[in-house]
Amino acid sequence: MSPLSLADLLQLFGHFLLLSLVAIGGAIVIAPEMHRLMVSQTQMLTDAQFNASIAIAQAAPGPNVLFVAVMGYQAGGVAGAAATLIGIMLPSSLLAFAAARWSQARQDWRAVRAFKAGMAPITIALLVATGWILAANTPGSAHLLLTIASALVVWRTRLHLLILIAIGAAVGALGWI
Amino acid sequence: MAQDLQPLARPASLTALFTAFTALALQGFGGVLAVAQRVLCEQRRWLSREEFVEILAVGQVLPGPNVVNVSLMIGDRFFGWRGALAALAGMLSVPLAIVLVVTAIYTEYAQNAAVAGALKGMGAVAAGMIVGTALKLAPVLRTNPMGRPACFAIAAIGFVSIALLHWPLLWVLPLLGIAACVFAWGRLGNQP
Repeated sequence: MSPLSLADLLQLFGHFLLLSLVAIGGAIVIAPEMHRLMVSQTQMLTDAQFNASIAIAQAAPGPNVLFVAVMGYQAGGVAGAAATLIGIMLPSSLLAFAAARWSQARQDWRAVRAFKAGMAPITIALLVATGWILAANTPGSAHLLLTIASALVVWRTRLHLLILIAIGAAVGALGWI
Repeated sequence: MAQDLQPLARPASLTALFTAFTALALQGFGGVLAVAQRVLCEQRRWLSREEFVEILAVGQVLPGPNVVNVSLMIGDRFFGWRGALAALAGMLSVPLAIVLVVTAIYTEYAQNAAVAGALKGMGAVAAGMIVGTALKLAPVLRTNPMGRPACFAIAAIGFVSIALLHWPLLWVLPLLGIAACVFAWGRLGNQP
């Protein structure tokens, strides 16, 4: 792990502050831009480290955005993790906070109601699309079957989600998919 | 559905909010949204499905990590800015510590076939969990003022353009979003 200088850290922080405001659809959407910055341009990370960051954050509990912290950590330790995670969250969080307050205060406005009604089907479609893209990234019919079965279980039963994840881990560890 | 008949509750304190978000974050392997919907709407009853979809819609449209946006908006709804901070801290602090520890030991086991297989299996389940959550939330569209056929058409266009055609979200979201909202605006005007 190569410790970054203060100037490097500030530059990293500044870049992630900017990236925060274009991350519509979540932090994963701008992963290609992070790759350009941290792997191609500055060589803070190797390709393998970059890919591992995303895989680790997906496998570990918690929001997937933590992959950003893993990248920062691999590039510059805890200070690096702080620079990337705070950078990616700060501008968008302030905006979300202001937007929530604004729309909450005007929830009877026709425009706000139209926004909520209009966006509801798109919100649900985006969830399906996210699941689809994640599943399609890995080829194999057994893999797809496991995804479909999980979707049905979540939809129709109250099986604890941790049990479902554990079944997935076991099936994978046994080499069945 | 029976789950919607139970009355809504609210978190008792900031500590309750923090611990609830920590607990749900720690159950979220491969993403937190599925667990968040289950815990917040069904177990704790802090939000109805309609409220959850509304908050998620705002969180998706705005830049930044969806789950982070959603957490702070939910926290703010109950306890103002302190609630926003408590929910956000709950969502991030313990998982962050865990993921950094995992990173430190990951390289040792990255080549192990069983570990790689387990990650793959968890990934497949995580993808299914997101789709299952979407199916669970879909009934909120029944009461949508745009009507069911329009909702279905909009959702289908969104799914096809993002998932199948791989069009950039940065274009699809504003264009489809504005079209849908304008249509909804018109429909709301026709209501008494």
